[in-house]
Amino acid sequence: MTVFVIISLRDLFASIILMGVYGLFSASFFALMDAVDVALTEAAVGIAVSILLLLSTLSFTGRAEKKSRQKPFLALIIVFFTGALLVYGTFDLPPFGSATSPAHQHVASYYINESYGETGVANLVSSVLASYRGFDTLGELVVIFTAGVGVISLLSTSQKALKTNGTTNKLVAPMTTHHILRIVSKMLIPFIMLYALYVQFHSDFGPGGGFQAGAIFASALILYTLMFGLQATLAITSQSWLKFFAALGVLLFAGTGIISMLQQHNYLNYNVLASDPIQGQHLGILLVELGVGITVTAVLFQLFISFTGYMLNIRRPA
Amino acid sequence: MIDLLYILAISLIFLGIFCNLAASVGLFYFPDVYTRMHATGVVDTLGTGLILIGLMLLSGWGNALGKLLLILLFTLLTSPTISYVLANTALKRVPADTNEGSECPANSEGEGSSNH
Repeated sequence: MTVFVIISLRDLFASIILMGVYGLFSASFFALMDAVDVALTEAAVGIAVSILLLLSTLSFTGRAEKKSRQKPFLALIIVFFTGALLVYGTFDLPPFGSATSPAHQHVASYYINESYGETGVANLVSSVLASYRGFDTLGELVVIFTAGVGVISLLSTSQKALKTNGTTNKLVAPMTTHHILRIVSKMLIPFIMLYALYVQFHSDFGPGGGFQAGAIFASALILYTLMFGLQATLAITSQSWLKFFAALGVLLFAGTGIISMLQQHNYLNYNVLASDPIQGQHLGILLVELGVGITVTAVLFQLFISFTGYMLNIRRPA
Repeated sequence: MIDLLYILAISLIFLGIFCNLAASVGLFYFPDVYTRMHATGVVDTLGTGLILIGLMLLSGWGNALGKLLLILLFTLLTSPTISYVLANTALKRVPADTNEGSECPANSEGEGSSNH
């Protein structure tokens, strides 16, 4: 229902806010289906960071959608037909949540039975994500890094231009008149960062992990930038440090695999990282999730700064 | 004694649900951005707070109590701030010199309020 309203609205600002509402619904039904890690990631990335980046894009595209002159009915029919075929294909799937479906039979029962014994990590999602399916997570991390590299290569602004424009341009000025918001942000930003670290390192025992932690830390930094101006944030995190940290996370992840190879074992085999295999798994999962958190933070904040820099360059008033 | 705690907790949770429902109904009935913000900002915070207090009573002494207390403090801190920011932005975008209450210019721009 929300999706239909999003499609039919012409006002892009309202569409973006409704996408945030849609993200909230997604996070709710993920939480209802007991997938709390996914719900946390959806809430952090899909609502907080994604909506922020879309809103900053809105500042240089304008608020209303252009009226399209043609009505592509043929495309609608084709899409409808394809969608109907896909839905017909889902009738063959096993019933939702049935215990005899193939997804719950072969590997899943192995993970459920053996995961704690082999890795010593209580959170099943963490151990599967970082240890059993470490290659997939490495791929995800490299995708995020590549997205960051792509945005930097398209929208890069020099540090000097950001600093000189940051003082004069009204769009990125600190919000000095919003006293209440500044005070509340000053109170909350350290705790948001602390919460991000908690989510990062607590992934062994509860829902959490590198992606969520990176998104939460990046949103704390973005809040600081919105409140206190781009100038103040660039004094802390220059762009070269952000690029360095983005690469550092990937290096950390991939390097953990290389260390395993140097001990004449498979790539990303954590058993050999310490004298005891379970300690090795713990250490491997910790390092890998740390790499993920560092890269996600750096890339998301770099995206925000790139968008802001582009906005400054084209000098378009809000 | 345990039963009393249980009954109290359940009644607080139901009261909180009713407050949230009342806030949502107010969202539809009230004519203006500012009255809608008043309804949702105040009553939603109260509803969420009551639900959290009810859950705190149900959780007993332990880790969950501390976490729920922190969530309650966070909600009490941020929810009124957000309502203030939205109302302030609505005020700055459209001056509130509307003498007709219902057909406000405040509605026509589709402000970023959480209404629609």
